Amino acid sequence: MSKVGIRMTKPAQEMDKGNRSLPKAPTGIQGLDEITGGGFPRGRPTLICGSAGAGKTLLAMEFLVRGATQYNEPGVFMAFEETAPELTQNVRSLGFDLDDLGKEKKLVIDFVRIERSEIDETGDYDLEGLFIRLTAAIEAIGATRVVLDTIENLFAGLQNQGILRAELRRLFRWLKDRGVTAVITAERGEGALTRHGLEEYVSDCVILLDHRVTDQVSTRRLRIVKYRGTAHGTNEYPFLINEDGFSVLPITSLGLQHQVSGERISSGIARLDTMLGGEGFYRGTTVLVSGTAGTGKTSVAASFVDAACRRGERSLYFSFEESQGQLIRNMRSIGLNLEQWTKKNLLQFHSSRATFYGLEMHLAMIHKIVQDFQPKVVVLDPIGSLIQAGNQRDAHTMIIRLIDFLKQREVTAFLTNLTSAGEALERTDTEISSIVDTWLFMRDIELAGERNRALYVLKSRGMAHSNQLREFLLTPQGIDLLDVYVGPEGVLTGSSRLSQEAREKAAALARQQEAERRDRDRTRKREVLEARIAALRKEFELEEAEAETSSAQDLSREQSVAENREAMSRSRKADMVAEMVKDGVVAKGRRGAR
Amino acid sequence: MKKSAGVKEQKPLSLKEIEERHEATSGTWQLRLYVAGQTPRSVAAFANLKKICEDHLAGRYDIEVVDLVKHPQLAAGDQILAIPTLVRKLPQPLRKIVGDLRDTERALVGLQIRPAAMGE
Repeated sequence: MSKVGIRMTKPAQEMDKGNRSLPKAPTGIQGLDEITGGGFPRGRPTLICGSAGAGKTLLAMEFLVRGATQYNEPGVFMAFEETAPELTQNVRSLGFDLDDLGKEKKLVIDFVRIERSEIDETGDYDLEGLFIRLTAAIEAIGATRVVLDTIENLFAGLQNQGILRAELRRLFRWLKDRGVTAVITAERGEGALTRHGLEEYVSDCVILLDHRVTDQVSTRRLRIVKYRGTAHGTNEYPFLINEDGFSVLPITSLGLQHQVSGERISSGIARLDTMLGGEGFYRGTTVLVSGTAGTGKTSVAASFVDAACRRGERSLYFSFEESQGQLIRNMRSIGLNLEQWTKKNLLQFHSSRATFYGLEMHLAMIHKIVQDFQPKVVVLDPIGSLIQAGNQRDAHTMIIRLIDFLKQREVTAFLTNLTSAGEALERTDTEISSIVDTWLFMRDIELAGERNRALYVLKSRGMAHSNQLREFLLTPQGIDLLDVYVGPEGVLTGSSRLSQEAREKAAALARQQEAERRDRDRTRKREVLEARIAALRKEFELEEAEAETSSAQDLSREQSVAENREAMSRSRKADMVAEMVKDGVVAKGRRGAR
Repeated sequence: MKKSAGVKEQKPLSLKEIEERHEATSGTWQLRLYVAGQTPRSVAAFANLKKICEDHLAGRYDIEVVDLVKHPQLAAGDQILAIPTLVRKLPQPLRKIVGDLRDTERALVGLQIRPAAMGE
């Protein structure tokens, strides 16, 4: 057997060297084409193995249906387990109408029944009958895709294993030679990929489906075990089966190639916009609001949604804790009428308990709703509860995938996260703080017998944001952000802030009154002084006038004395002396006037 | 006829049962042999079948050979996978014998001409 394996390996590898990218047959299944690099290998068989109920038949059927409907590749479904009516019925719930496809000659279902009890074997035989049936079916509709589900049933129906294995090898070779893209399903075996070692024959592409239940939550996973000639994702990818069929969720394939917008959108809280560089968030970024219980995370989210709806943008609100009615009622108490937006179909609420589905189901559900509703804003409140649906690591990867998905669509994501008391405050359960663009942090400030809310912008990429703590007030008119009191007594909020403010006001008033009083005093003093100055001046003027009068009197007295003396000397005839005396009198009079 | 009587003598019980049931329906054994072209295996199978019938059901059998190469659409009806396959349409219930019938004993057991209990 191993010899054959080697013989089959060599040509395949040689071919790969020459042709780097193998031709692929797209499956049309969401996500699967991404991780397989375009689909299953065209013209070669692909093996899908997995335990019972893993979704093998469904994956195979969807491959055919999508091939027939989307890629114009008709297909043959050879069923070894279920009859055509059973299959038709089973996949009808996924929106596939096999009857219609059959009528349009795009699909043939051939049911092969092998009843061991009615078969005896004697002598040599081959499986030419199977080949003939397959040929007939392929030729009837020109099929390029073939599914054999589950060919291993032949092992139960036929005894001669030697013949069977030889014939299977011939079958797979024959399928390759015909150039049909075949999918073969097989049951998972103990310690091996398949129960009957089919992987020996199908060596081009092997896909393993797994269905696990951990902590009562089931998760389906898909892994590409082998894909010759193709660089494929090697991870286990979660997948799910819902009303749209199969979808695989590639974790890493989304990448970081999304478009970036420079547009800014309001947070719905004017003061918060001011804190965020004056304009709010960037469109298409991820905003995280984290904080302890009751700090108003949901209210901030609701304000944001309200603002988006006001701009006429569609918004989605995923709530994992509150129902739509409860949210609408609660938000009315802070002056937000969200009901009007739901009526205008601008806002949709989706409330479900996180534990209701597994993480993958949540993710797929969100994907689907986002694709259908085409929102501009998506709120997830709170993301931490998703951990309950899985474990921390899974929740982490899921949220990263979700954020990437939303970023690619330029949807602004608004996540809330509850920080439990006693934990480091600036952390999130899901460790996603590093991938969010804006992180608003809300906390309690307990002081003077009361608890108040405070908000600050912990980070906001690409903008100059405020570094200050603001007091966060929920009023019937909406959310208000106030400056907190920062003084020698520390940060004060609530009534402490109010009383501090009152005290400051009183002190200021006192200071003002004091200044006014001093002003008045000064004015009075000046008035008094000025009055005194005026009085002194008057006094001086009086004295001056008096002095002038008295000196004039002196002068006239001197004059009269001189005149008298002149008269006397004239009478005594003393001319010379009279001349001398005259001069001396004048000098004397001047000295006295000074 | 003689030969079939001889068979009757050999194992009267089981055959009697089948015969009785068969008598109630039509009386002849309706056998259909599916082959795919004139391969040596198909030819051998037909020859082996013919011999068995002549030996054990002479005059009471009817063989129809279906060549699936010519009529591929007939394969699905009897759920034919292996070639050659002999289908015993009558008497009921339906039996299938896969292979070239070279082991006569096993073929007889398969066709229930000879009971498997005989080996005991």
